[in-house]
Amino acid sequence: MEDYITRMGDGRRVRMTKEQIMSDIVAGMADGADAAQVPELSQDEMERIYEIVCDKSKITSIEPGREVCLSKDAGAIKFNQDNGGSGNAIPCMGRLEGLLVYERSLTFDSMELAWMDYSIKPVKAVINCETSNYEQMAMLTTLPLVMGAMPNMGLYYAPDGPYANPTDLMREFKIEESMAASEAAAEHLTRDIGYVCQEIDKVGCEGFNFDTVASAGDAEFVATLKGMENYRKSNPNAYIECGMSAETVLGIHGGMEYDGKVVAGMYPHEQVKLCEKAGVNIFGSVVNTNTSKSFAWNAARSAVITKECVKVANIPVHANMGMGVGGIPMCELPPTDITGRAAKILIEIANIDGI
Amino acid sequence: MAVAHGLCSGMGGMRTTGDLVCRMQFAKNMKIDAAKKYVADKLEIDPFQLTEENFIRDIRDKEGLGVVTGQPNSPKGLPAKMNIEKVLGITISNCEHYRNQLKK
Repeated sequence: MEDYITRMGDGRRVRMTKEQIMSDIVAGMADGADAAQVPELSQDEMERIYEIVCDKSKITSIEPGREVCLSKDAGAIKFNQDNGGSGNAIPCMGRLEGLLVYERSLTFDSMELAWMDYSIKPVKAVINCETSNYEQMAMLTTLPLVMGAMPNMGLYYAPDGPYANPTDLMREFKIEESMAASEAAAEHLTRDIGYVCQEIDKVGCEGFNFDTVASAGDAEFVATLKGMENYRKSNPNAYIECGMSAETVLGIHGGMEYDGKVVAGMYPHEQVKLCEKAGVNIFGSVVNTNTSKSFAWNAARSAVITKECVKVANIPVHANMGMGVGGIPMCELPPTDITGRAAKILIEIANIDGI
Repeated sequence: MAVAHGLCSGMGGMRTTGDLVCRMQFAKNMKIDAAKKYVADKLEIDPFQLTEENFIRDIRDKEGLGVVTGQPNSPKGLPAKMNIEKVLGITISNCEHYRNQLKK
């Protein structure tokens, strides 16, 4: 029986038969539709995913005319970061050089200036340095150049920040105190986002990429939405991108609301509507990869959840397709044979606007 | 990974018109097909030609939109963005910022 070379969600190369691949596509799609409560894919769509997974080429790409735009988290610091961020640890690669390499050699459509400690809280402390750098780098770059950082509300909790850690409080059954800590940290984060955006506006910054949003749960998502809403009100022309951290919003608080809706448990097709309300221009959807399942299973699951998000969105959707999201395996060096297939599936089946 | 996405799926950035299409996504919330059509209409070309390097390079050179190769007297960076503003009919905030810095 003929088999095909493919991979597992942890990046391991495996051989699977046509029947095994098709069975995983059906199962992954059903799991995603059930989890996000979205319509299932058609038989034709699943068969197309099968064709893409089973393509015998090492590198698989889309047809000319179907290309999509690329945006980037962390920007040029990937060149000198460590392996935690799949960085290359090239010590002499400065951020300006990195931006220009991405622009003129690596075909990127937009880029962001990012601080090495890639979170709002540490960026606040070096904001004068960052705005000064941006002001000069923007004179040399041609592509859309925003600044970017993660809201990363975990940094506002003990031992790193001023507020008690909600999960520690929950272990002590101090539920109300836990919720109060989340709410206080969220207000602080919204204030800090406001400060950073106010400062970057002073140097004509084109906008901000809020990346890995809601990593600390529902309170962080609401804090970021309010921060983006305030930014939009202060600068109607700002380019605002909001990329999520996970496919669903964790209910660490449980009752946080935005626009009258409880955000805990929301999936991409619901998250994007709140981002539209907040004034976001580009939404970064996430579907997590299951490392124990095959690429076929993960890709089909990613496609069914992302498709509904793109369908309901009135703004462009750039699917997150890095390590462990969007059908890409969760490993330090995502294999290029899977990267192209995963993107082709989301472009053809989910109709994404970018990556 | 980023390189793989660029080659397999990306618009091509400044090699083609990727930066222009992406700018319209940011500036006007345009979905991919609408952004491509907008840029193609402004350049008076077919949307299919937006990612054809050889064809687009000459247009970028002629319009001063920035090219990826080192060509003397060909705008890159700020002057290229000011030309992009004119071609796309938009205002880019950092171009406006630098204009405001000029003494009257």
